[in-house]
Amino acid sequence: MNCAAAPLSDAVFALALGLLLMSPLAIAGLALINVGLGRTRSAAQALLGNLAMAAVAVVLFAILGSAFAGCLPGGAGHILQIAGKPWNLLGAGPLFAGGLATAPAQSQLALLFELIAVALAVLLPWGSGADRLRLSAGCAIAAVLALVVFPVAAFWTWGGGWLAALGVNFGLGQGFMDAGGAATVHVVGGISALAVIWIAGPRRGKFPKEGFSTAMPGHNAVYVLFGCMVALVGWMAFNAAGALLWVHAPLGALAQVALNTVLSASIALAATFTVTRIRFGKPDASLCANGWMAGLVASSGAAAAVSPAAALFIGMVAGIATPLLVELFELALSIDDPSGAVSVHAIAGIWGIFAAGLFSDRPGQLVAQLAGIATLLGFFLPLVYFLFLALNRFVPFRVDSDGERIGMDLHELGGGAYPEFVIHRDESYR
Amino acid sequence: MKYAGLLVMPAGLFLALAALVLFADPVERGAFVVCGLAVEALGLGVAVRGHMLAQRGSHL
Repeated sequence: MNCAAAPLSDAVFALALGLLLMSPLAIAGLALINVGLGRTRSAAQALLGNLAMAAVAVVLFAILGSAFAGCLPGGAGHILQIAGKPWNLLGAGPLFAGGLATAPAQSQLALLFELIAVALAVLLPWGSGADRLRLSAGCAIAAVLALVVFPVAAFWTWGGGWLAALGVNFGLGQGFMDAGGAATVHVVGGISALAVIWIAGPRRGKFPKEGFSTAMPGHNAVYVLFGCMVALVGWMAFNAAGALLWVHAPLGALAQVALNTVLSASIALAATFTVTRIRFGKPDASLCANGWMAGLVASSGAAAAVSPAAALFIGMVAGIATPLLVELFELALSIDDPSGAVSVHAIAGIWGIFAAGLFSDRPGQLVAQLAGIATLLGFFLPLVYFLFLALNRFVPFRVDSDGERIGMDLHELGGGAYPEFVIHRDESYR
Repeated sequence: MKYAGLLVMPAGLFLALAALVLFADPVERGAFVVCGLAVEALGLGVAVRGHMLAQRGSHL
């Protein structure tokens, strides 16, 4: 997978552009989910944060990050020779998206794809830091991800970097395969969410001194579930565009990519519905939304590479595992993740990447996928954690306790999302 | 403890990468890449445990 591939026909270019123009619906859906899973008193700040972080990420990636992601034609890149093989570590493209107008169609679309991908990735830690993460911290996190972390991941995966070249250099299938951004968007975003949770700490009152953790349900299940529906449209378009751009799928294969995406999400929802029905006696709306999203995320890794039957299996596993993981993380591991990004995006993303190798008939593809997973966990998780730890010293992530008590809307914006609501006493502050 | 866990994780990655370079046999390669992932899982487990202990300590 890399940007410098065969030229695209006009029809394929127009189709890919059309798909990419629909893809921001995935961002809109994710933003709605992030807002709905937070509290009433932080709703406006949450939605503004989604918008601001996406804006910061897109601007910085276009100005600087895209040069390292290596989409537009530029220098040869930063290549190390190890054991007689080239290890392409970092792109060397033009700054400020220079030369975009004259770049090959494939490169133009690749840049657009990655702009949408980076905007999607930065929203994940924001959802996990809901009700305690400051707006300025969110923007700083988006900047670090767009300038440092995402360009490296995108280059290694999509820009012809060493992970993409595992097939050429070591005979491992097609090299690391991630057509829909399961690794670059979802796992990178999910591990960023974990780092934010570890650094910012839990919401006040979430884990009391004695007894179980306090339930802090999202304030608007309608936003969350509608966000899931909106996200589906964006996801189908994004997965199909990724299949065209990164695995050069023929036009005839796109319907199957879209079908796999829907199947994976649908069976995941059914599985989560069943699991929560059995565990709690009634289906849980927010966990069902998490299951649906986990199915979509898993499809990002595998939709372009598997049959519909395999997509059903992949979605079912994601849907069964997600509610159990959300519960495990909260109750057993003291991870306060309001949006469930760690289980929904990081774990389901890893599962999708692994499944793409598991169901591949190319020799060595599974090892390539495992090497990709090892890179995400062994390189990107420590990198993101220590970068965020340093960033937290300059731009403190967490709002002060007074701000958390009155809500992020009043504290940061001076007004709430629902000004006519009566403010009730919060039992978690006893 | 959390830092120690996070620093163990790159060691697992190096093991996986070394397997790609050093072994030509697909089975050996696969086995060592899985070992690398196991080392990373160990590091992640230590980091999560460190987080839990820090969480409990903050209540004391």
